[in-house]
Amino acid sequence: MKAFISHTGTAIPLRRSNVDTDQIIPAQYLKRVTRSGFEDGLFNAWRQDPEFVLNQPQYSSATILVAGPDFGTGSSREHAVWALQNYGFEAVLSARFADIFRNNSLKGGLLTVILPQEIIEELWALIESDPTTQITVDLEAREVRYTGKKVAFELDDYTRWRLMEGLDDIGLTLRQADSIAQFEEKRPSFKVRTLPARS
Amino acid sequence: MGKTLAEKIWGDHVVYSAPGEPDLLYIDLHLIHEVTSPQAFDGLRLAGRKVRRPDLTIATEDHNTPTIDINKPIADPISKLQVDTLRKNAAEFGIRLHSLGDIEQGIVHVVGPQLGITQPGMTIVCGDSHTSTHGAFGALAFGIGTSEVEHVLATQTLPQSRPKMMAVNIEGTLRKGVTSKDIILALIAKIGTGGGQGYVIEYRGSAIRALSMEARMTICNLSIEAGARAGLIAPDQTTFDYIKGRPHAPEGAEWDRAVEYWSALFSDNDAHFDAQVDLDANTLSPFVTWGTNPGQGAPLDSLIPAPSDFADEASRNAAERALEYMDLAPKTPLKSVKIDTVFLGSCTNGRIEDLRAAAEIMKGRTIAPGLRMLVVPGSARVREQAQREGLNQVFLDAGAEWREAGCSMCLGMNPDQLKPGERSASTSNRNFEGRQGKGGRTHLVSPLVAAATAIRGTLSSPDDL
Repeated sequence: MKAFISHTGTAIPLRRSNVDTDQIIPAQYLKRVTRSGFEDGLFNAWRQDPEFVLNQPQYSSATILVAGPDFGTGSSREHAVWALQNYGFEAVLSARFADIFRNNSLKGGLLTVILPQEIIEELWALIESDPTTQITVDLEAREVRYTGKKVAFELDDYTRWRLMEGLDDIGLTLRQADSIAQFEEKRPSFKVRTLPARS
Repeated sequence: MGKTLAEKIWGDHVVYSAPGEPDLLYIDLHLIHEVTSPQAFDGLRLAGRKVRRPDLTIATEDHNTPTIDINKPIADPISKLQVDTLRKNAAEFGIRLHSLGDIEQGIVHVVGPQLGITQPGMTIVCGDSHTSTHGAFGALAFGIGTSEVEHVLATQTLPQSRPKMMAVNIEGTLRKGVTSKDIILALIAKIGTGGGQGYVIEYRGSAIRALSMEARMTICNLSIEAGARAGLIAPDQTTFDYIKGRPHAPEGAEWDRAVEYWSALFSDNDAHFDAQVDLDANTLSPFVTWGTNPGQGAPLDSLIPAPSDFADEASRNAAERALEYMDLAPKTPLKSVKIDTVFLGSCTNGRIEDLRAAAEIMKGRTIAPGLRMLVVPGSARVREQAQREGLNQVFLDAGAEWREAGCSMCLGMNPDQLKPGERSASTSNRNFEGRQGKGGRTHLVSPLVAAATAIRGTLSSPDDL
């Protein structure tokens, strides 16, 4: 996974709340067996409308998505994160994210940043009046910076460290392989087991 | 201080813990289906890793599968590739798979419980948000993304941050015609789709105790739509009776040991909950959704709201948008909404009790002219049992279609979809824009409302017949 230290780019305002994962990536795209190529599926239904913000040329190089509250509700599909990343987004800013989506985003290195709704509104107004506004999402300082302003955000130390190092969760867990084996030895005998695969 | 049920299960599964880090939890059961696993198995293969515990893993085909002509090759090549990929992966990594045509095949959250493989006190995960369903058994069950699927396959563990605890207390008795589906839809309307965010919800109270296991599964299933991480119900005699004798239920001395452990799985009297929500079951009535998220619901015998009814701007805008998409006029009765398609099925309400309830209403009656009804059993076993009870004949005689098991019309991925502009009454779990097909309009309902609606052609409850 690519390490995330700090990212500076332009942003796009998505003035919608409760953006669910069926909007982010419709079910049809989940038929794929790859992790890439989902950029055409991103917000596919909404993109059919020429007026939709993602279709506006002034936002075409935006790498930061500024969205309304309750972003990512619904399904556990990680494809939602891949679609945003494949399209070119590095960070999503919102007042509240759905749990599973947030978890998935932080696994995959798409930085989801929680900011108060007043800040989101301020950012919307700013980027609508000047789409070239540079916004910095600084994971190291845990700050979002724009037009001389600094806003702090929260992210636990462990996740911040993992993202800054670009570390793979599985590799980290396997450092505890002994603990896993010890735990397995003590599991009660009545615990369920599935049947073997049929040959 | 005492512990909540979820805290007890959590505590029993911590493999490793360190300050400032998420706890590493052991996973007792990993359920797999074809949509969220391909990239996970690829990851294992690339890293040269094996599945650590194939004996704690089980797979089924459900989302991307047809519900007719299941003996023929899958028509859509992309869908076929995905299902073939799961078959290849299961064979290569030694995982038990129940494919189309297998009597144990079905929707993953119907299959686990019916096999008796879902048990109290377990940690259960699956690459599907409705994994919360298994919480009905007093298990800590939640949905995970594909990267986490890979993590569980490789290590049988998952790093997790501790959630907060919410108690939802439901006392009283449900009136006739009111179901567990109505309870949970009413709750989501009350607390919103973000109301449970960051919480594990425990459902408590006399109304919950009175529910059957299948009814409890419906409630836990929709926990995710309230934004919760998981939802669970403490096990009791109803739970033990359901599990006893099923293929994976412990037997003899092991059964006794299991029941002893399960009987201690409840929240202590002095356990601390971070939030409490109360619902009075006596006041509940059939509940439906009118909008484009599960929280936009109202009693069936009420009027479609107007945007001005909502206190905050975000809700007003969301209502306006939803009413436009759903092509509904504010302040018209929900019972006047004309339905094109009725879908009875899904991991929410696709079990035998749901089919029985609907069949009882539809017996000797026919569906409204011009209306289409799809009845999709949640598993091949449910289908078989329904046929033994003659339920399929009731549906067929009424003019409904009787399908094979699968997720079907719940999500617009397999061939069962709404056409643009088509309006459904669906016993499933999501009414997002385009959920059941591009431009499709979904109203979430209980099986009783689905059946009555199919007969009358407009959103109805059995009392209207």
